[in-house]
Amino acid sequence: MAKVQVTMKVNGAPAEGLVEPRTLLIHFLREQLNLTGAHVGCDTSHCGACTVDLDGRSVKSCTMFAVQADGADILTVEGLAAPGGTLHALQEGFREMHGLQCGFCTPGMLTRGYRLLEENPRPSEDEIRAGIAGNLCRCTGYQNIVKAIQYAAARLAGAPVKEAAE
Amino acid sequence: MNDVTPSSAERAEKLQGMGCKRKRVEDIRFVQGKGSYVDDLKLPGMLHGDLVRSPYGHARVRKIDAAKAKALPGVVAVLTAADLKPLNLHYMPTLAGDVQAVLAEEKVLYQNQEVAFVIATDRYVAADAAELVEVEYEELPALVDPFKAMAPGAPVLREDIKDKTDGAHGKRKHYNHIFAWQIGEKEATDQAFRKAEVTVKELISYQRVHPCPLETCQCVASFDKIKGELTVWGTFQAPHVIRTVASLISKIPEHKIHVIAPDIGGGFGNKVGAYPGYICAVVASIVTGRPVKWVEDRIENLSATSFARDYHMTTEIAATKDGRVTGLRVHVLADHGAFDACADPSKWPAGFFNIVTGSYDFPVAHVAVDGVYTNKAPGGVAYRCSFRVTEAAYCIERAMDILAQKLGLDPAELRLRNLIRREQFPYQSALGWEYDSGDYHAALKKAMDAVDYRALRAEQKARQEAFKRGETRELMGIGVSFFTEIVGAGPSRNCDILGIAMFDSAEIRIHPTGAVTARMGTKSQGQGHETTYAQIIASELGLPADDITVEEGNTDTAPYGLGTYGSRSTPTAGAATAMAARKIKAKAQMIAADLLEVSEYDLEWDVDRFRVKGNPERFKTMKELAWAAYNRVPKGLEPGLEAVNYYDPPNMTYPFGAYICVLDVDVDTGVCKVRRFYALDDCGTRINPMIIEGQIHGGLTEAFAIAMGQEIRYDEIGNCTNPSFMDYFLPTAVETPKWETDWTTTPSPHHPIGAKGVGESPNVGGVPCFANAVNDAFKFLGSTHIAMPHNHWRTWTVADKLGLHG
Repeated sequence: MAKVQVTMKVNGAPAEGLVEPRTLLIHFLREQLNLTGAHVGCDTSHCGACTVDLDGRSVKSCTMFAVQADGADILTVEGLAAPGGTLHALQEGFREMHGLQCGFCTPGMLTRGYRLLEENPRPSEDEIRAGIAGNLCRCTGYQNIVKAIQYAAARLAGAPVKEAAE
Repeated sequence: MNDVTPSSAERAEKLQGMGCKRKRVEDIRFVQGKGSYVDDLKLPGMLHGDLVRSPYGHARVRKIDAAKAKALPGVVAVLTAADLKPLNLHYMPTLAGDVQAVLAEEKVLYQNQEVAFVIATDRYVAADAAELVEVEYEELPALVDPFKAMAPGAPVLREDIKDKTDGAHGKRKHYNHIFAWQIGEKEATDQAFRKAEVTVKELISYQRVHPCPLETCQCVASFDKIKGELTVWGTFQAPHVIRTVASLISKIPEHKIHVIAPDIGGGFGNKVGAYPGYICAVVASIVTGRPVKWVEDRIENLSATSFARDYHMTTEIAATKDGRVTGLRVHVLADHGAFDACADPSKWPAGFFNIVTGSYDFPVAHVAVDGVYTNKAPGGVAYRCSFRVTEAAYCIERAMDILAQKLGLDPAELRLRNLIRREQFPYQSALGWEYDSGDYHAALKKAMDAVDYRALRAEQKARQEAFKRGETRELMGIGVSFFTEIVGAGPSRNCDILGIAMFDSAEIRIHPTGAVTARMGTKSQGQGHETTYAQIIASELGLPADDITVEEGNTDTAPYGLGTYGSRSTPTAGAATAMAARKIKAKAQMIAADLLEVSEYDLEWDVDRFRVKGNPERFKTMKELAWAAYNRVPKGLEPGLEAVNYYDPPNMTYPFGAYICVLDVDVDTGVCKVRRFYALDDCGTRINPMIIEGQIHGGLTEAFAIAMGQEIRYDEIGNCTNPSFMDYFLPTAVETPKWETDWTTTPSPHHPIGAKGVGESPNVGGVPCFANAVNDAFKFLGSTHIAMPHNHWRTWTVADKLGLHG
């Protein structure tokens, strides 16, 4: 199949590659750019393990062709921490509040949480639950993910963070 | 100096040992997207495999034509049963003593059964080529109802064994019969029923479900022709068992097989077994001489790679009028699908279903189980539970509620009258188990107090009156469950997998600087072993948990173990870890005695050091002793400081708990809204309360999913009708209730640190608790048993049948 050149910005750096028109964005990210943080968990856009941030919105990268992302600005979980390696407040929150277990959904949850807090810096618990309803987790029961996002919201607002997970 | 020496308590806190809420070491890589899962692996020259699967539930395979597929650029090979047969690999042995087709030879027996394996240079080409393989089928009548499996004239499913009268577990009654298994005293039980003042009987079915971890099953196989060595990276909950099975099947010597389970994206029982895709990838790598990756998609996972439950339990309890149970009789019809690939210890075809007497003091009981073949996917894995334990807990907990209803007793009160009493432990159950420890009454009373149970019942009564007066359309249900698990398989006298005793292991190496590398025979899939095993070592040896690296999953380096499932890691490998640490400590004590020039008996242990009794100023820390072990050991002692322990537990452990659920049912929509869920767990000694709570949250959420919506459904011709996330229920953060957790602590008397295991308790206790709550809402209207799953439609239908819609 004839290949197409795509160029985009990924985690602040330029990225390019030759893809088939049918190549899914998740496969371009994982297999050509070696950004294996985002995962494939289903075939139907339900699980959100593949979530990345694209031009200021959360997208499921398994439901988008790489060619559709040509020219886009993408943030994946690998780009969340500061260049010096300091963890983002969300990454810190997920660890502090035990918001992950097997880690498979975590990159998608983190990038989704990132966009959620960009749009709504002080979300209520219900808003967080609704905001991550496109991301499935089989391990945690979500309760500590909600706490992790609340932790990050407080930290980003400079407010004191709650006690760590029980 | 003394005023700045940290106290014992301060030093203990710094170790981050047992009992503290240590943050997980795994998280550092996971939150940065740096986990290393199977599909992340990329090897030079790696090929991709994809499976051609049957569209039919039951059909004869007339012809397979792979010419068009092979002609597609990028396709390297197409494997069928004809290619595997000369290698004797077209069938593989199952854990249950049956065989399972790797690629279908003459017949397909379930929809999406594996028929051909396409190998190509990239995953897209492999998928294209799978579409181009032309298979000619002749459809046969499908058998999907297990109750019709042994009817005269039922379709013959397994032609390969139709004339075999002996199965792996005794005589077969019918060509679709797999095994009959029974336990308990039949005559004494029948007599208890003949004499009973009150009896109840109900068919309690536990629907077919799927564990559905977020990462599907997958592997990369790489055969090195020069060395004759095979390396397989895979989603394996039991990597050593996979290595042994791979060696037995392939005849490659076991020392030339390297099995590596990297990070695993959830297992829940799904990743215990060996599946056709693994075998195909291995053969493909041998044939092509290149690494081959196989990654199943979600539809394949849900429809073909195992299942759980599908247990149909006809349950009877005999009791006195005042609510003392006098006998339990259960017959189970077990639907095992097309091949018996049930993942149980080899001598236990119905798992540990004989824990079905639950937490109650039944004087007699009898259980009989018949397993049958149907045109459904093979499997029978323990989805977040020990073997068939959630089936047993659901069975007894529903039946106790039905008995309470018949007696006009409160369900909690009936339980209090029958719970095994604290002084009865160790308790011999009527079906052969020795429960190790418990204080059941204290746990249930604590739970009832925590939710103000009496007030809830009063509120429910008022609601029922209001409902009758037409003032509300909502019913209130209160679910109570009290469960006893049986985990940590197992004593080798009882439990083996294909003849390998079910022990587990730990190897601890203390390096000269006092840093530690420890390896276990288990394999975490999210449970946090790297964090918690280090806590055990930290407490045992007085070395900081942060200086301890825990490794699992590489069969080249880890000692042999049976893997992680059935909540066995803490009871077995956790015990092995403590025992190996104690061997090291004993040697360290000898070194300390030599250095301090006293007798070993004059030393006492203090958190992180041996000190001279009565002279605490004279001591040697474990860190100093580690150095000395490599620098200056006493005469007659080997240098070095390491130990390995293979732990064969003397008994299983019996975690227990009391759960209470409060929900409101809208009779016009069928929506059940969980208002409150309180879970009290007793898992013995608690290693990391944060991780325990996380395990309980997760297990309760899976229990909620099973009770309220999950079901793998088949139509009458064997089509699996819901094998995707479009319609297989996985709750999101919106539907998932909030969980309240609590605990009591009754250590296991036989476990070195008193721990019992916890990962699966919430599923075992949670499912009946939700089901009892829904049933409880309707029972004042005369309903006795509503089958799971309690989805909106089914609940609405129940309301409709009860005439609640006018």
